[in-house]
Amino acid sequence: MSAVRCVNLCKTYRQGDQDIKALDHVSIEIDEGDFVCLSAPSGGGKTTLLNAIGGLDIPDSGEVYVAGGRIDNLSKGELADLRLKQIGFVFQAYNLIPVLTARENVEFVMQVQGVPSAERRDKSNAILKEVGLEGLETRRPGEMSGGQQQRVAVARAIASRPALVLADEPTANLDSKTADELMELFTQLNKHHNTTFVIATHDQRVMTYAGRLIRMLDGRIVDDIDQRAA
Amino acid sequence: MNLVFRLAWRNLWRHPRRTWLTTGAMVFSNILLVFMMSLQFGMYSLMIDNSLQIFTGHMQVQAPGYKDDQKMRQIVPDIVPLANEIRDELKSERVAARGWAFALASSEDRSFGIGVYGVEPEFEARVSNIPGLVSSGRYLTENNAAEIVIGTVLARNLRVEIGDELTLLGSGVDGSFAAAVVDIVGIFESGVTDIDRNIAEIPLGIFQDTFFMEGAGHQIVVVVDALDVVPEVQASVRSVLPVSSNLVVPDWDEMMPGLKQAIQADIGSSFFMYFILVVLVSFSVLNTQLMSVLERTREFGIVMALGLRPGKLGRLVLLETAMMGLIGTVLGAAAGAILTSWFTTNGLAFPGMDEMAAQFNLPARMFPQINLLTLLAGPAIVFMFTMLAAIYPAVRLRWQNPVDAMRVA
Repeated sequence: MSAVRCVNLCKTYRQGDQDIKALDHVSIEIDEGDFVCLSAPSGGGKTTLLNAIGGLDIPDSGEVYVAGGRIDNLSKGELADLRLKQIGFVFQAYNLIPVLTARENVEFVMQVQGVPSAERRDKSNAILKEVGLEGLETRRPGEMSGGQQQRVAVARAIASRPALVLADEPTANLDSKTADELMELFTQLNKHHNTTFVIATHDQRVMTYAGRLIRMLDGRIVDDIDQRAA
Repeated sequence: MNLVFRLAWRNLWRHPRRTWLTTGAMVFSNILLVFMMSLQFGMYSLMIDNSLQIFTGHMQVQAPGYKDDQKMRQIVPDIVPLANEIRDELKSERVAARGWAFALASSEDRSFGIGVYGVEPEFEARVSNIPGLVSSGRYLTENNAAEIVIGTVLARNLRVEIGDELTLLGSGVDGSFAAAVVDIVGIFESGVTDIDRNIAEIPLGIFQDTFFMEGAGHQIVVVVDALDVVPEVQASVRSVLPVSSNLVVPDWDEMMPGLKQAIQADIGSSFFMYFILVVLVSFSVLNTQLMSVLERTREFGIVMALGLRPGKLGRLVLLETAMMGLIGTVLGAAAGAILTSWFTTNGLAFPGMDEMAAQFNLPARMFPQINLLTLLAGPAIVFMFTMLAAIYPAVRLRWQNPVDAMRVA
């Protein structure tokens, strides 16, 4: 079954007097367990597509399906529930809650899901260990490096074991070594947990990790390459 | 502690100075409300006590209709034995029998129409402050002495002084002509011109003889220690009244409805001022919470993207406000209670108040009256308005789109 299916997506933004076509009749299908990179120059539409898949933004027209269910016609609350239960997000700027510790940031999503306290604690400790942050559980984001913060963000995204992880420029603020470590981590999670990854990036090194590379330009898909075959 | 509670608590202290400033406004207004309301209720109590202790007392035994008509023939028979019975029943000396009649008081030079009270000299001082207001001469001492005490204005009008004689002319309870000659033994000054001009007191024995009362009188005044025991004492007094009599026992509220209305009017105007104070504090809270929400727009976008429903985010903001409000309420009520308790014991006086109070036979200090109502009503209302002020910032989050929120720098 496909993890994500987009049919004829269109999205236009108004910028001053100009209409910007962020998505122009985009149709894609991503299978479960895929590791996909969306590549485009700035303004190419990759973040808009990612937001549409994640239910963060509603397209002007077209249909979006996640795990077989149509999501573009869901309410705000239903979309929030979908993101809570099925989708993990990793953002460029880490976006951790500054007043919570690393463990509390990871626990936060589980708390909202209603996971019991002890289970939350065990899971968050295990995940932080998995992403290489053992011993840093009680640090707040301000006391951690950029790479460590991004790892906490990844831990938070995968804490509830979502079937789909959407990452928007996850390595943009990281040095090359940390970026490589993060991509290794994504690859492992993809392999071990069969988690589907869709990563928006224009970092060439990140693209080499992807099994499938989708290139976009001016809101349209211009290339769709299966890198595993290569 | 629940993670959401922890998050709300820590969010509150992201800007400690701002939180303390807002909380400080709440604490200040709560202290002010507790103190002012306690002082206000203390003043009302003083006002009621003083108004009632001039003549009315907390309740009276009267003939039916006397309160409204005040006719000579509306009598309480055998009034002195009945007053004694009531004293025994209540185990209190603060019970006094009285008669009242209209009379023409004449000196050598002038005549004026006045109200004459026949009082029990032994007990009158325990139910009325008129005996304590005698500024020259003395108060009545014997029940059958032909004596009178009059007010300063009446003394001036009649051009009389201590030792002079006054002739009283009126009509007795049976309609016959009543007359008496009495010596002026005391002149009182209540500070209320109407009383000082129109009222005189003579012993009840002389009153009964002069006005042919045959042992009767018009009212038995009862004074109690506190307003809240009035209904209970009222019931006890009723139980003493002869079954065959149709005497009534109106309380102070029935006899002086204007007093309660004046208090209610004062409560209305002062509560308007309190309302303004509370609204000002609410705006301070609204400002703090709105700023707090606006500066965290991006963060709220993130948590919405993670799957938190906007409604839950709104509840987080309300929880933060509730925590801040609770701190303001607890600290404000506690500090207000401590401050007010000190004044409850030591009283509050203004420069020059001693002289003015002495003139009106009032205590030289005002004592606030602290109770659960004065302690909690103000802080509870501040808390309620604090929560109301947080509704807009909380509801605002419902319209927030995660993508737009995350774009905010």
